[in-house]
Amino acid sequence: MNAIVIALVFAPLLGALIAGLFGRRIGNLASQSVTTGLLLAACALSWTTFYQVIWGDWPGHFTLTLAPFIEVGRFVSHWSIRIDTMSAVMLVVVTSVSALVHVYSWGYMAEDPDRPRFFAYLSLFTFAMLMLVTAADFMQLFFGWEGVGLASYLLIGFWFKKPSASAAAIKAFVVNRVGDFGFALGIMTVFWMFGTIQFAELFPMIAAKAGTHWSFIGQSWSAIDLACGLLFIGAMGKSAQFFLHTWLPDAMEGPTPVSALIHAATMVTAGVYMVCLLSPMFEYAPVTKQIVTLIGAVTALFAATVGLAQNDIKRVIAYSTCSQLGYMFFAAGVGAYQAAMFHLFTHAFFKALLFLGAGSVIHGMHHEQDMRKMGGLWKYLPVTYAVMVIGTLAITGFGIPGVEIGFAGFYSKDAIIESAYAAGQHNPIAYFAFIVGLLAAALTAFYSWRLAFMTFHGTAKWGHGHEDHGHAHDAHAHSHGEHDDHAQDHKPHESPFAMLLPLILLAIGAIGAGYAFVENFVGEERNAFWRGAIFNAPTNHVLEHAHHSPQWVVMAPLVVSMLGLAIAFFVYVLNEGMGARVAARRGPLHTFFYNKWFFDELYEATFVRAARWLGDVFWKVGDQKIIDGLGPDGVAAVSANIGQRLSKGQSGYVYHYAFVMLLGVAGLLSYALWAWAR
Amino acid sequence: MTGILSLITFSPMLGVAALLALRAFSAGKDAAGVAHSAKIIALVTTLATLALSVLLVAQFNAQEAGFQFVETVNWFSGATYRMGVDGISVLFVLLTAFLLPICILASWESITDRVMEYLIAFLLLETLVIGVFCALDLVLFYLFFEGGLVPMFLIIGIWGGKNRVYAAYKFFLYTLLGSVLMLAAILAMASIAKTTSIPDLMVFKFDPKVQIALWLAFFASFAVKMPMWPVHTWLPDAHVEAPTAGSVILAGILLKMGGYGFLRFLLPMFPQASQYFTPLVFAMSVIAVVYTSLVAFRQTDIKKLIAYSSVAHMGFVTMGIFSGNAVGVQGAIFQMLSHGVIAGALFLCVGVVYDRMHTREIAFYGGLANRMPWYAAIFMLFTMGNVGLPGTSGFVGEIMTMTGVYGVSTWTALVAATGVILSAVYALSLYRRVIFGELVNPKLAGIQDLTLREVAIFAPLIASTLILGVRPGLVFNLTAASVDQLVGVYKAAIGG
Repeated sequence: MNAIVIALVFAPLLGALIAGLFGRRIGNLASQSVTTGLLLAACALSWTTFYQVIWGDWPGHFTLTLAPFIEVGRFVSHWSIRIDTMSAVMLVVVTSVSALVHVYSWGYMAEDPDRPRFFAYLSLFTFAMLMLVTAADFMQLFFGWEGVGLASYLLIGFWFKKPSASAAAIKAFVVNRVGDFGFALGIMTVFWMFGTIQFAELFPMIAAKAGTHWSFIGQSWSAIDLACGLLFIGAMGKSAQFFLHTWLPDAMEGPTPVSALIHAATMVTAGVYMVCLLSPMFEYAPVTKQIVTLIGAVTALFAATVGLAQNDIKRVIAYSTCSQLGYMFFAAGVGAYQAAMFHLFTHAFFKALLFLGAGSVIHGMHHEQDMRKMGGLWKYLPVTYAVMVIGTLAITGFGIPGVEIGFAGFYSKDAIIESAYAAGQHNPIAYFAFIVGLLAAALTAFYSWRLAFMTFHGTAKWGHGHEDHGHAHDAHAHSHGEHDDHAQDHKPHESPFAMLLPLILLAIGAIGAGYAFVENFVGEERNAFWRGAIFNAPTNHVLEHAHHSPQWVVMAPLVVSMLGLAIAFFVYVLNEGMGARVAARRGPLHTFFYNKWFFDELYEATFVRAARWLGDVFWKVGDQKIIDGLGPDGVAAVSANIGQRLSKGQSGYVYHYAFVMLLGVAGLLSYALWAWAR
Repeated sequence: MTGILSLITFSPMLGVAALLALRAFSAGKDAAGVAHSAKIIALVTTLATLALSVLLVAQFNAQEAGFQFVETVNWFSGATYRMGVDGISVLFVLLTAFLLPICILASWESITDRVMEYLIAFLLLETLVIGVFCALDLVLFYLFFEGGLVPMFLIIGIWGGKNRVYAAYKFFLYTLLGSVLMLAAILAMASIAKTTSIPDLMVFKFDPKVQIALWLAFFASFAVKMPMWPVHTWLPDAHVEAPTAGSVILAGILLKMGGYGFLRFLLPMFPQASQYFTPLVFAMSVIAVVYTSLVAFRQTDIKKLIAYSSVAHMGFVTMGIFSGNAVGVQGAIFQMLSHGVIAGALFLCVGVVYDRMHTREIAFYGGLANRMPWYAAIFMLFTMGNVGLPGTSGFVGEIMTMTGVYGVSTWTALVAATGVILSAVYALSLYRRVIFGELVNPKLAGIQDLTLREVAIFAPLIASTLILGVRPGLVFNLTAASVDQLVGVYKAAIGG
């Protein structure tokens, strides 16, 4: 048991070290084999762990303490592996998607000369993510948290020659750091409030502190609300929630397998995972829960509206991710943590599927990402087309409410919407989230089907030569030679087996993950499944009430998503070209959505410019004019003699200064000695 | 083991003697060969000192809070030659001994002028700096503390860059200001307490009113050394002009003398004054964090950028020390050690490209990852250390100093935490401009990746950054007893 969990956590690290340090010596094939092999092993061990913890002989929760990390007074943290249902679910999600992405990358990255580095980063990411999900205290959680941030930074900037890639990498790191600023303050607050940063010690103490107050920056705050609120800022950064979302679309500069693994299935869900893991705290933070609900709902709607107007296939999916994360947060905010985790689980499959499918399209289209230049691809990429349709059905939550059969998203999204409705009976913000959830579901259906129709249906807009080659965002920076080869052959082509196999496996997940696990995550068996890994306050009955939602609430998600589908079908299939005409008119709403609500411009005009301006003022005025002007330069100016010598700046004077300095020290010393000798 | 401290402190002087002997006997011989022998002598000497320091730490009793290996020799009336280390100082001895061989190796090829004198300056510096951390007598401390400036001043002034005179002058002027005040304070303390023994002074209770004046005098000297805002402007100039190894020592060790002084003098000897001035120190610390981070962001010279980032990191140290609790003080000591390694390594990273291209202009570079993948990887590691990524030693010091301060002033912790964001801004944009992108400058077309010698220099620094990042307990176990005592006495004195 111990050996299994240790092996599964550290196998990816081993792979990363081998490929990273010796990649060039052992070659591409060996690096890829080692990392992928170890990841597949970790995946198998994760499923074993998952099975054993939930249905097998292992204890439902246990913690392996490996070594001390920081031990100063009561500030105690250990390197450990915490296994319970929460971490077991994440282990399965992370290692499964990661293993499939490793396999997929054999095909997708086949032309890239830096493959060992790429696979090393992928495995390093996986290790950091496993450390995050198995943390037993805040320090290790933070270690994993920033570790995945590092891997994300390295992978977004993987094609480091492209200025847009390295800019996006920095943006991702810095915006995440804004979140981590709150996270770090949250950890400090927890430490001083409870005297511990270990979850097992912390959770039993929380109820007693509920309703007490805490002084922070001169204000008195509701204690648990403050701690949870600060921690939630970290979650907002990592999970790209409203205000801190701007890095996620830009992160699409990374290779597509990275987008699937990090920026869709795993890392960006870390914020949701944290909130659910800390449910014993959040349950006693009513105000912060409202904030979580509100931010989640606003993000779900905001990102969906932006997704409507984007033309880059990856950006549409990126905004879709952002929006789905919003769903997870408002589910957690209304107290339905199980539903949030369930959506996290199903979303990992269908969103990784959609991203890898998009990667297959991009690969088949010779690095074209603009959907306006696609169309009619279903004939050329039949497998990709089939799995993308499955992914779209899954994300739009297609299913039949009466008989309770549907794709993965059907179960999890409906659970969230029904929970929001149930909570909304006494809570206007939850009701707002419910309305937004329905609205965003319609928008999700529209933009998801829009993507499918623009890409796979209608007339082919490619084949007019490659004059727009320079605009390809995901162009492999190193493979110009390959491009020339492709230029001879404009026809899109289906992807190799290494890429199709992960797609097919993920498609199976996108079909069946909801049906297979709905009873465990949110249904009747949920208590036996979670075994206390998620805490619901005694007054929190949102999931029970959700099961008894009125018929119209049960039917509504299906109705609105069919509506979205119908409109998309009307605009992009029946009246092909209508979407382009609407876009060309540049109406105010389209402009607003197309420019992502102008967040980048707003932040550029405020924070970025302010930082530059302040930096210059502090440097050129503060340091040079005021401090140096009044200090050393001023003294020099007064002392004309020194000033003269300085202006000459001859090196010979160095010795004079050395001599003066020696004299000074000698003089002071003699005075000192004299003083004592006296 | 009595005498080991003197042995460590003065062992570099044996190297100096050997170098002088070499010079005397090699007159007229092949200069290059002599220089090579001189380097080997210096390297062996510093390695021997390192070995002795490792032995010292191995023999150190971590359970014992007081001074160990104490040596006392009556010197002259009024002052005693008194040496000793406790958990606070012992690791600084090790840090110094650890960085010196690296400095000698880093200068192996880049210093061609007056090699013998250069090596003597470094060995002399080592003796004086180790002396600072071992001295248990005010006079002795002052001697080492001020004496250490002379070789540093010479290193900048003789082997420095174009503008070295200005830099050396600025360095001297600031330091002089501090020195004069500290000397006056030392005289006053000796006349009030009738002793110059540091252990005795640590338990002597100065009148709170007197404490204020003494505190300010010492503070001036140490604040310049740290350096704290607003007396920091000498540091960027000194770094820019200093040769690479000089910057390593400056950032790695000399700055730490300030923080060490705070811990050794201000907190234990003037607790009431320390408490009184804590808001001032906090304000100066967080201004340093925000202000110098933003200034660093706008720099066009790689070394200046790293120098400014050093000031920001020292802001964490000063606020951690004055938090007055174990978490903050332990964090501050850790941050000093960690910064010694990481900032030293970053300056070495600058040295690598400076040795090849003889410019530190950020705009000159770009796209180095194309030709120097190992360099890019190592620079990345230390950049991450600099931004305090968990898993590197840089993280532990930052989070602990902030946590310590939170317990005293949440405002200070809040403002300092913005440093977490700002450090990412300047450090990553530096990395991007130097390492990422296409290799456009034709002059860089032939640039070579790290040599084996350079890898050997970085290897111990990489190992310490990662090992301390994962197992900081290696430090905390040694410092805990002394820090707990320091904090206990401080809290008792201020009635907190």
